Amino acid sequence: MKIHEYQGKALFSRYGIAVPKGIPVFKPEDVPAAAQKLIDETKVPVVVVKAQIHAGGRGKAGGVVVVKGGPAAARTAAEKIFGKPLVTIQTGPEGQVVRRLYVEQGLDIKRELYVALVVDRETRRIAVIASTEGGMDIEEVAAHTPEKIITEFVDPLHGLAAFQARKLAFALRVGEGSPDPKSTINQFVSVVSTLARLFEKEDCSLCEINPLIVTGQGDIVALDAKITFDDNASARHREWAELIDTDEEDPVELEAQAAGLSYVSLDGNIGCLVNGAGLAMATMDIIKHYGGTPANFLDVGGSATKDQVKQAFGMILKSPKVKGIFVNIFGGIAKCDLIAEGIVAATKELGLKVPLVVRLEGTNVDAGKRILAESGLAIQSADNMGDGAQKIVSATK
Amino acid sequence: MSILVDNTTKVVFQGITGSAGSFHARQCIAYGTQVVAGCTPLRGGEVFEAKGAKDEAVRVPIFDTVSQAVQETGANTSIIFVPPLGAADAILEALDSGCRLIVCITEHIPVTDMIRVRRALDGSSATLLGPNCPGVISPGKCKLGIMPAHIHRPGKFGVVSRSGTLTYEAVGQLTALGMGQSTCVGIGGDPVKGLDFIEVLKLFNEDPDTEGVMMIGEIGGNGEELAADWIKKNMKKPVAGFIAGTTAPPGKRMGHAGAIISGGKGTASEKIAAMQAAGIRVAPSPAEMGKTLKSML
Repeated sequence: MKIHEYQGKALFSRYGIAVPKGIPVFKPEDVPAAAQKLIDETKVPVVVVKAQIHAGGRGKAGGVVVVKGGPAAARTAAEKIFGKPLVTIQTGPEGQVVRRLYVEQGLDIKRELYVALVVDRETRRIAVIASTEGGMDIEEVAAHTPEKIITEFVDPLHGLAAFQARKLAFALRVGEGSPDPKSTINQFVSVVSTLARLFEKEDCSLCEINPLIVTGQGDIVALDAKITFDDNASARHREWAELIDTDEEDPVELEAQAAGLSYVSLDGNIGCLVNGAGLAMATMDIIKHYGGTPANFLDVGGSATKDQVKQAFGMILKSPKVKGIFVNIFGGIAKCDLIAEGIVAATKELGLKVPLVVRLEGTNVDAGKRILAESGLAIQSADNMGDGAQKIVSATK
Repeated sequence: MSILVDNTTKVVFQGITGSAGSFHARQCIAYGTQVVAGCTPLRGGEVFEAKGAKDEAVRVPIFDTVSQAVQETGANTSIIFVPPLGAADAILEALDSGCRLIVCITEHIPVTDMIRVRRALDGSSATLLGPNCPGVISPGKCKLGIMPAHIHRPGKFGVVSRSGTLTYEAVGQLTALGMGQSTCVGIGGDPVKGLDFIEVLKLFNEDPDTEGVMMIGEIGGNGEELAADWIKKNMKKPVAGFIAGTTAPPGKRMGHAGAIISGGKGTASEKIAAMQAAGIRVAPSPAEMGKTLKSML
C-alpha cells in the first residue's frame, strides 16, 4: 500500500526526521491561504506547490512548481495541475488525476542526496541505499554509474549500527561544503538510523527520500517521502485505514481484493480465470505463445469457491475489450466440480455472449466436466492447457 | 532415495485444529505421512482423529507447545498452518524445539517478520521451506504439504518451483509422460524465504535416485539467475526449466509478493537467457514442460 508524500512526511516528523513546513490542500482556492501562512511563518517568500499522486517522476512531469510570486501566483500554479491527469514515467500514458496538493516552504538547497531502504532478497535483510546523485532517477544512476551507489545492510538483531550510518555519511562526503560539517554528519547519521527503525516498526516495504537535501545552513532535510507499506502487515496497523486514497487505486483491482481475488488488468482481449498465481501468469504466456493477447491476470486462489468464480467472471466481463474467456484450473485444494458449478451459474446469470473455453484438471475433474457438459451451455472443453489456449485464440480471431 | 522428506519423517502439525490445518493433516495422514503430533496452544491433551492410508484409525495427540510434542513423540519435522501474524513465531518455536525441517505453508507473513526469522536460522542446522509454498512431497513416501496427491508417481525426476498450481501442472505433465518424481519441492513465492533454488538443486544433484530436474521460476528477484550460474558450474544432471510471466507488465505484482518486475530487473527474458546460457533447456510454453525435460534424456 502506497501513501502520499505529505502523509509520509507526517510520519517522518513523528520520528523526528526534519521535513519542510507544509500544508496539504484539497482544492486550489485554499492554496493562497496556505502559501500566505507558510510565508508568514518562515519569512521566506518562496513556496512549492506539489501534486500528490502515488507515482514518482512528478518533478520532471511538471507536478512540482516553485512559486516566487506569492499567494496569488501559488493559486495560478495550483490551478494548472489540479484536477488534471499528470503523466509521469511511472503512471503510464493515461496519467493520474491530481486531487490533492501539498504546499511547502521553499528551502535553500545546497546539495541533493538520495537515500532509500528496501528489502534485499539476496541478503534477506533491509538494505540502506545511498547516493550523492539525489534528484536523479536512481535506476539510471544504478545502470550507468553503479559506483555512486553505496549500500549497507541492517542486521535485524540490533538494527542499523551507528558506524554503518557514518560509513554512508563519509562515503557521500555529506559534510563537504557545510558551514558546520560535524553537525551535518551527525544529522545525516541520525536520519538514516531513524529511517531504519521506522522501516521496521511501521512495516514498510519501501522507504525512499529523493532528494534528501543539505541546506545552505548545513541542515539535513527530507524534501520528499515515498513510502510503501507491506500489505501483509495491515492487520497490525489499524492506522493505515485513514491513509488509503482509493482514488489512486484501480477500482477493479480494489474490488478483486475485497473478493479475495488477485487481479491485474492488461491490454489484450482474452479474459483469463486461473487458480494460482504461477499458473495464471503461465496462462497469459501461453495465450501470447499462440498469437493471442491476455486481457488480465486473475488468480482465484488455491481454494476457489463457486461464489469467487462467479465474481471473477463479473470482473472480467466489465472490460468491453474482452472477446473471449479462458478458464484454466488445476484443482488441488480447489475442486473442479465446485468450479464448474460457478462457471455454469456465472454463464447463466451474466448472459455470457463471448466464447468460453474451459480446461479442468485435478481433484473431481470428471464430475466437473459432467456439470459443464450437462449444462447445455456453449462451453468448449479443452484437454490440456495448450489445447485450451489454441481454442480460445482461434475463437477470438 | 529422495530429498528432504521420506519414510523417516515424523511430523508435528502446528495449527492442526484450524480449518486449513485439520483438512490438510487428514490429507497427509491418508497419504501415509507419519503425523505423530499436533500443536495448538490451549488445546493440549486433545486428540486429532483421522484415517490412514489403509483406512485405519489414526489418533494424533495434540500438545500446547512444539517442544512438548517433540519430546513426547520424537517428531523431527514441523509443518505450519498458523495465521500470518503468528506464523513467524511458529517457525521460531519449531526451530527452538529442534525440528530439522520446518515447512511453512502460511501465506501473507509480513516481510520484516521473515527477515527476523532468517536471522534466527543463521548458524542453525535446521532447514526452512517456504513460507507461502505448497510444501514438499516424495511420492510413495511422504506428503508434507497441500499438493493434490493423486497426480504424483514415485520415480526419478526432481521438481523445484516458486509456484503452487504451476508445479502441479508440471507434475501432471511428467506423470502423463510416465516420468515419476523423486521429490517435488515448492519453495514459495515470497521475497524472503527459506530454501531457494540452489539449495534444492544441490540436494537433487547429490541424490542418487534423481536423474533429472524440472525447475520452474517466475518473474521477480534473481534466484533463477543465481541458480543458473550454480548449475553451469556444478550440476551433473539435466535440468529443464520454465519461467512464468513473459507477458507480465513491469511494476505490477502478479499475485505472489515476490513476482514483480521492478526497476527493469527480474524480467522473464533475462532469466530465460541466463538459464539457456547455463545449458538449461527452457520450455517454449507451459504446456511443454514435461516434454522439454524428456527431450534432454
